[in-house]
Amino acid sequence: MSAKRQFRIWRGDETGGDLQDYLVEVNEGEVVLDVIHRLQATDAPDLACRWNCKAGKCGSCSMEINGKPRLGCMTRMSTFGDEETVTVTPLRTFPIIRDLVTDVSFNYEKARETPAFAPPADVAPGDYRMQQVDVERSQEFRKCIECFLCQNVCHVIRDHEENKQAFSGPRYFIRAAELDMHPLDARTDRKEYAQAEQGLGFCNITKCCTEVCPEHIKITDNGIIPMKERVVDRRYDPLVWLGSKIFRRGETPQTSVTTARQGSATSSGATRRGVHSHAGGSHDPRAEAQAQSGVNWDREVPHPTAPAVDDRGRLPLTELTFDRAAAPSPFGDDVTFPLPPEHLNFAHPEQDDKH
Amino acid sequence: MTTTTRIERHHYDVVVIGAGGAGLRAAIEARLAGKKTAIISKSLFGKAHTVMAEGGAAAAMGNVNSRDNWQVHFRDTMRGGKFLNNFRMAELHAKESPQRIWELETYGALFDRTKDGKISQRNFGGHEYPRLAHVGDRTGLELIRTLQQKIVSLQQEDHREFGSYDARIKVFSETTITELLLDGDRVAGAFGYYRESGEFILFEAPAVVLATGGVGRSYKVTSNSWEYTGDGHALALRAGATLINMEFLQFHPTGMVWPPSVKGILVTESVRGDGGVLKNSDGKRFMFDYVPDVFRKQYAETEEEADRWYTDPDNNRRPPELLPRDEVARAINSEVKAGRGSPAGGVFLDIASRRSADEIRRRLPSMYHQFKELADVDITAEPMEVGPTCHYVMGGVEVDPDSGAAFGHVRGLFAAGEVSGGMHGSNRLGGNSLSDLLVFGKRAGGHAASYADGLAARPKVAVDAVEAAVETALAPLQRDTGENPYTLQQDLQAVMGDLVGIIRREGELADALVRLAELRERVAKVSAAGGRRYNPGWHLALDLRNMLVVSECTAKAALERQESRGGHTREDYPAMEPKWRQVNLVCSLEGDHVRLTRKPLPKMRPELIGLFDRAELGKYLTDEELADFDALVADAGEADNR
Repeated sequence: MSAKRQFRIWRGDETGGDLQDYLVEVNEGEVVLDVIHRLQATDAPDLACRWNCKAGKCGSCSMEINGKPRLGCMTRMSTFGDEETVTVTPLRTFPIIRDLVTDVSFNYEKARETPAFAPPADVAPGDYRMQQVDVERSQEFRKCIECFLCQNVCHVIRDHEENKQAFSGPRYFIRAAELDMHPLDARTDRKEYAQAEQGLGFCNITKCCTEVCPEHIKITDNGIIPMKERVVDRRYDPLVWLGSKIFRRGETPQTSVTTARQGSATSSGATRRGVHSHAGGSHDPRAEAQAQSGVNWDREVPHPTAPAVDDRGRLPLTELTFDRAAAPSPFGDDVTFPLPPEHLNFAHPEQDDKH
Repeated sequence: MTTTTRIERHHYDVVVIGAGGAGLRAAIEARLAGKKTAIISKSLFGKAHTVMAEGGAAAAMGNVNSRDNWQVHFRDTMRGGKFLNNFRMAELHAKESPQRIWELETYGALFDRTKDGKISQRNFGGHEYPRLAHVGDRTGLELIRTLQQKIVSLQQEDHREFGSYDARIKVFSETTITELLLDGDRVAGAFGYYRESGEFILFEAPAVVLATGGVGRSYKVTSNSWEYTGDGHALALRAGATLINMEFLQFHPTGMVWPPSVKGILVTESVRGDGGVLKNSDGKRFMFDYVPDVFRKQYAETEEEADRWYTDPDNNRRPPELLPRDEVARAINSEVKAGRGSPAGGVFLDIASRRSADEIRRRLPSMYHQFKELADVDITAEPMEVGPTCHYVMGGVEVDPDSGAAFGHVRGLFAAGEVSGGMHGSNRLGGNSLSDLLVFGKRAGGHAASYADGLAARPKVAVDAVEAAVETALAPLQRDTGENPYTLQQDLQAVMGDLVGIIRREGELADALVRLAELRERVAKVSAAGGRRYNPGWHLALDLRNMLVVSECTAKAALERQESRGGHTREDYPAMEPKWRQVNLVCSLEGDHVRLTRKPLPKMRPELIGLFDRAELGKYLTDEELADFDALVADAGEADNR
């Protein structure tokens, strides 16, 4: 059971290239990577393509097949029509090295910037005790095979090269989530770190990463959203805020994670990019205009900002100087509820995307 | 001269070749000892073949059955290897693997848990008690990711201290080493190329740890990735080290044989541990017919007893599907040869009719997922078609058991993991490789570091050796008359698969040696089209020479060993021969040619051999050895009476 099939494969390097046509034999039960191997053994011995396990376990053979980010070894030829031309191109988000091989070093740099597991100080090796139900939450994220398809498809970096500096991407959000949910990790600021240093706020939950994940990790629902929710909980919960005022604890948690890149967070909070993520409270005309035109997932979402704090890292007011006898609104005094619907960063999941 | 001066040079204390479990563990140890360490990875960082290991890591922690301890693990390992193991390695491995596993937890690993919160352990072929620490069926991935992240955490420490992540430990990804460079009999460095750019790179380092894995790419049906071309084996040979036990290759009994998209992919043994059974085309559960005498005591004789074992292992004997791998592989081979195989030339592995779909999905999630996605096969609904697949090489660099230092006439060379030989004897137990990586990776890394410390002066890399290495590496690109490397690889795989495969015969082995000699001529003239940038044809052309020399070692040793034992089955010598148990076959390189010598096995220490039953030893030892054993027992008895 073999037939000749039409393939179009991108050939070239960083200076340019184009799609080349190949007519190649395909047998029953084969996957795209089998066909690429056949091409290497016949028409194109120098066709560059990464692969290792050919079993969907190592995440090396990431490529875009008919425009969709896929693993070559996990894409069965039987999923295409008999006459369908199969177009194979390299991952678009990363710089080309040659043919289907791209420079994915961005991901390894981001991995190095993510703080490692912090072992509990007082537990000896062999004495770790954890319940299965507790490790399972982190285990879901540890299934990640680092194929970087989620990184490739995330439009925050796919369409905005300039965001690469400040944005780690879905792979490293689930790494942060995994450590956050690790029953024995000694660090308590994973969420704040993700918000302040990894650019979690850039993510506007389009779930593209979840869709392409070959391991079916629920990146958005189980990783990113819980991280975002809890960051919001801590930063805006009035009780937490009041508690921290009274007991002088938890002094602006985001100050505990700083890098040379951003300098001191205590001062940067007040000066950095003065755009608030709640469109209603923002005075950025571009963001306002975008909000007025409805939900547009391709727009640049304004950077979230930390509250303006003084040089001691506190809000510039105390219970005594404050003009009211209760906690201030966690959303700011200039926001009234309900918010106008066009100011909301929310799209109904079943609503048709107008754009 | 102009070519060699432009080569990128690096100075390191320890260079680790290979970035799988053993390589990363060795690098961590060398870095913790304060050495400037380089990790050379043929693929991207974290993609090593270790990710394929599914079952788990064997360590006698006794979390599930408190009767387990290192002595039992040692006994199982020796028994599995048919007593050909280097006893000291098996001993160190059994003693140290629990610590190595616990250590991984401090690096952030998350193993599956028991009810009381300890690391859960599962049953596996050849292990007397549940012993394999596991994470679902992706234990290898967990191990590699954990070590990868530990290295990142060390780099973060260095970044805080020195301002650079690469200050003391650096990963050179997609880099292949083609030659080790010597200064007299000492390792002076390693030469290779970046796969991405094709540019050459030279490491000057007094100590090199080989952790390059196995040789499976020389076989037609294999679970191994393209990287497994025996690089470390060949580098060691060319540097003057020796290889042992090269005739022993493990054919995993249950690799998928159909459909082609998953051909060679392994079906983890835990499918059998969790209730899967092997059936032939008549629907018969045939493993009961293949229980060898040495195992008869431990295995069930009826289906009823075998089925009771899953829920009550203390009062029933194990199902014969859990026999060691070589026995299962041989049984499948016999069924297929007798005409009772599946349409694609395997047998049926059936779990669908024995466990509920929900349970299968829960216990074997990635197995289910893998076959569903890769081949549209639903293992909860239909049996799998499986057959023997080249999986692991027991043979490898002959090393000092304690330090991992290579024997032969070279110093500063260490080996750990699959590339080293001796630990597994003639057959490896499932689960022993992941713990082997950790135990001997740590040892090799630590000893490489102290070797580098102990040197008065650094060995020097000779310029002409570098020039020669450059010339060899560029040769395939400069020829345009030779053969395509892919054709040569297919021919090599055919020779090895057909003539030096799972069942071997004298005539075929002799024939294989003739054909390998012909291939050697052809490989010497191989030519690769294209340029130096990421050119897989060129890379394969360079790897071929390694595959060829290692294949020669295997064929020669297989022809020499006239018995069947573990991963070496001779149809013309079907029995195990106690005389041969005392012999290791040692390969070395003499000029271009493989030389084979016999070397006696080290003698087991009294307290270790005392762990075994005399009846059991009777199956393995010669009469003289048994007499020694009896004398030993008598001495001990007298000592007790006094």
